Amino acid sequence: MRIRGWLFTGLLVLVNTCFGSAEPLLFSSEELEQRYLELTQELRCLVCQNQNLADSDAPLAQDLRQEIHTMLESGQSNSQIKSFLVDRYGDFVLYRPPVGGNTLMLWLVPLLLLIAGAGVVFAVVRRYNRLPAEESAPTSRPAELFANENKD
Amino acid sequence: MIGRLIPILAFLLLGVLLAVGLTIADRKTELPSPLIGKPMPDFSLPVLGQNELVMTRSDLLGEPFLLNVWASWCVTCRVEHPLIEKLAASGELRIVGLNYRDQPEDALAWLQQFGNPYALNLADVSGRTAIDFGVYAAPETFLVDADGTIVFKHIGALTEEVIAEEILSRLDEWKPGDQVAMYIKPARSTGPSE
Repeated sequence: MRIRGWLFTGLLVLVNTCFGSAEPLLFSSEELEQRYLELTQELRCLVCQNQNLADSDAPLAQDLRQEIHTMLESGQSNSQIKSFLVDRYGDFVLYRPPVGGNTLMLWLVPLLLLIAGAGVVFAVVRRYNRLPAEESAPTSRPAELFANENKD
Repeated sequence: MIGRLIPILAFLLLGVLLAVGLTIADRKTELPSPLIGKPMPDFSLPVLGQNELVMTRSDLLGEPFLLNVWASWCVTCRVEHPLIEKLAASGELRIVGLNYRDQPEDALAWLQQFGNPYALNLADVSGRTAIDFGVYAAPETFLVDADGTIVFKHIGALTEEVIAEEILSRLDEWKPGDQVAMYIKPARSTGPSE
């Protein structure tokens, strides 16, 4: 019970430092506000690294949201804002980093795993299909297995 | 034959991945700075406690220096403080403080209490200059050469090892008599920080 209390307190502290962005930002147009929401969704907070800028309440995230707001209001494009942040913090601020260089692995490995998985499935299915052909009709195989089990 | 090898290969691959993951686990929150090898960003900041005295990038150049980002609210800064004092006392290089998102009176009280190893402290009350330096967690320390190029960055508290291997060793290479070309070592920028 005591442990649970501590865990809960710890969680509250975490929630306190990372969540809840509420500083009021006024936008001159709805389009800018929409772009602000999109940008802060796909940019990472560097302090709470598994949160985006929109969700994080770390002081740096507040500063960066303010900065993005100012840049949007001064007419800068989304890519200008992104490269402003990449120049300072690296590709890591982007939840969708560009393909190439040191991010190549990040993009290729899921694809390779998919291909490898498909290969395994293909191999298993082919072996399964081949085995019964040597014995009898494929459909009778499960029944045979049950029959053998019952004998033991 | 090949079918039997697949589980073993998969296991080995997993083992390698886990081994790599475990060895870099304590460093994975440290991000390589894109500023290494680039000119230190320009700024215009008041000296801590002397608002009328504003300094810019060019005021700092001429000889290598350490730029240490700290704040009175930063607990880890207190941990590394004795090492910074020791380094300052050795007289090896200037240490410039970047007081980050702090109240000047709190910062001055902190220096009064723990000692002031800094040749100069710049007050970045808004944190805007720190954004240009890619600062995301105090303390952070930048080694800047005489031309104003950022040569090395350390995130978190400095340690004896980092000071000896990453900072003082570079200073030795820069001792008078060396060519200016020695200042920029591209191999270092892509070095161990992945």
